[in-house]
Amino acid sequence: MPLSPPDPKSLPASAPLLVHCQNLSKNFNGKPAVAGLDLDIPPRICFGLLGPNGAGKTTTLRMLLGQSPRSGGTLEIFGEDIELNRRQIRQRTGIVPQADNLDPDFTVEENLRMYGSYFRLPTHEMNRRIPQLLDMVELSARAADRIDTLSGGLKRRLTLARALVNDPEFLVLDEPTTGLDPQARHMIWSLLHRMKRNGKTILLTTHYMEEAERLCDQLMVIDNGTLLAQDSPTGLIRKYCESDVLEIRGGISKETVGRLPPSCRTEYAGESLYIYSNHAKPLLELAQGLADTACLHRHSGLEDVFLRLTGRELRG
Amino acid sequence: MTVWRRNALVWRRLMGASVLLHFGEPLIYLLGLGYGLGRFVGEMAGMPYFTFLASGFIAWSAMNVASMESMWSVYTRMVPQQTYAAILATPAEVDDIVIGELLWCATKSLFSGTAILVVAALLGAVNDWTAVFALPVIFLTGFCFAAPGLIITALARGYEYFNFYMTLVMTPMFILCGVFYPINTLPAPMQSVVQFLPLTHAVEIIRPIVVGQPVTNLGLHLGTLGLFGLVTAWVATILIRRRLIQ
Repeated sequence: MPLSPPDPKSLPASAPLLVHCQNLSKNFNGKPAVAGLDLDIPPRICFGLLGPNGAGKTTTLRMLLGQSPRSGGTLEIFGEDIELNRRQIRQRTGIVPQADNLDPDFTVEENLRMYGSYFRLPTHEMNRRIPQLLDMVELSARAADRIDTLSGGLKRRLTLARALVNDPEFLVLDEPTTGLDPQARHMIWSLLHRMKRNGKTILLTTHYMEEAERLCDQLMVIDNGTLLAQDSPTGLIRKYCESDVLEIRGGISKETVGRLPPSCRTEYAGESLYIYSNHAKPLLELAQGLADTACLHRHSGLEDVFLRLTGRELRG
Repeated sequence: MTVWRRNALVWRRLMGASVLLHFGEPLIYLLGLGYGLGRFVGEMAGMPYFTFLASGFIAWSAMNVASMESMWSVYTRMVPQQTYAAILATPAEVDDIVIGELLWCATKSLFSGTAILVVAALLGAVNDWTAVFALPVIFLTGFCFAAPGLIITALARGYEYFNFYMTLVMTPMFILCGVFYPINTLPAPMQSVVQFLPLTHAVEIIRPIVVGQPVTNLGLHLGTLGLFGLVTAWVATILIRRRLIQ
C-alpha cells in the first residue's frame, strides 16, 4: 500500500502525535537506562535526540521500535501501543541502525529485495520501487555488487535505501552519519531533507551538532536517561548559552580572568579556557590583550549548549 | 517463511559445495565402513551390514546436519552478521525467525538424508521404493534436533561453546543410539539410558522404512521424537527471544 503524504497545509494544526511517550523507563538488571522520559513527536518534523554516549538514546529508540520492552510508562506510535501492535507499527516505519547489518550473503539489489520480502511487499511493487531507491542513493551502478565490496559510506546509503523500501511514514536513524566522510554526510543530509519535504517524520540521534542544527526542527538533550532540555536548535542556544564565546588555548593568568566583568561565565577544559558572554565587547578587548596566546572569538553554538548541559567529562 | 526463503536463496548460491558435501561424505563413509567393515561383520540384525549402516547413517545425518546448521550457521546470522537484528526492524518477529530457522534446518536434513538414500540405493542397500517414506521422518528428525541446537546457540558466547554439545551430547548419540550396531547388544542398564536419547527413536523408525521392514512401536517412537522436538522448540523460542529482545 503506497502511502502518498498528505499536503502539510491541508492538515489541522492539532494533527495527532506520531510518537507519544509518557514517563518511559527502562532498567537493565535494576539499573535505569531510561528514567521517566516524556517524548512527543508531531508528524512531518525532524526530531533530534542528543546525548553523550550511554545517555540512553539507543535504548529509547529500541523501545520505540518494539525491539526492547519498556520497564514502565506509556509508549504510543501512530496512536497505538507498541507492545500490542509491533507488526503494524513496523510495517509503517523505516529504521537505519547504528551498526551495519546489511546481509553479506546478498548483493546490493538483493538486499533491498530480501528486506522488501520481510515486509511482504508484492514483487511488482518491488520492481517499481527498488530501481528508484538505488537511483536515489546513487547505487544503481553497484546493484549487482556484493556487500563486502562497498565502502562505509556506500553501505550507509544502502542502509538508508533499505529503510525506505516499505515507503515508511516514520523514519528512525541511529547516528546515520557517524564515520562518514563529508561528501557522504552531505548526501545523507540532502536525502533526509528530501524525506522531510515528502512528508515523512524523522527521528534521529547524532553526536554531530552541525547535523542536529541543519536537519532538526526539535531537539531533545538527554543524559542518564532523563530529559535535560528540549527546544528548537536556535531556541536551545538562546535559552542555555550566551551569544558569544572566546576560546583561549594555553596560559592566561588568574588575575586577567578575575578582571572580567561579572556577566562573563568561564569554563575550563584541559588546557583551554572558554569565556562566555552576551556581549562581544569585553571578550574582544580581552583577546586584543592576549597577543601571544592562541584565542578564538566566535558565536556560541549548539555544541556549547550540549557541553554546558551534559558537562565536559568524558563518557564511556 | 521469509527467513526460510532467505536461507534457501543463500544455499542455492553455494549449492555446488553443498551437494558435493551431501553426496561425497556419505559415499566415503558408506563405502569405507560399510564395505570395509561389512566384509568382517557380514550380517547384522538380519540384514547385510552395509544396509544396516546406511539406514542408521541417514538418521544420524539428519541429526548432524540440523545440529550444525542450528548452531554454527544460526549463530553466524545472529551475532557476527546481525541478520536477525535487521529482520526485527521489519514486521517479522522472533517467533517467525525461530520457526523459519527450524524449518530450514529440517530442510537441510532432508537434502542430506535424500542424498544418502540415493547413494545407498545406487549401492544396492535399498530394496523397495517405499524407502521414500523415510523422507518425512528425516525432516521431523532434523526439526527435532535443530531445536536443542537453537537452545545452545541462544546461550552461546562464541563458537567454542558448541564443542561441549558436540562432545557431550552428539558424539555419545552417534556411538550409542544404534547407528553402528543394534542397541540390544548394549548392557541392560545402558539400553534403558539409550531409550531416552532421541536419536535412538529416529533410527528405530528410519531403518525399517529404508530397509523395507515393518516399523514396530511407530507411535512410541514418533511420539517421543515429536515431544522432544516440541519441548525443545518451545524452550529455544523463549531463549532466543531473551537473547534478541533485551
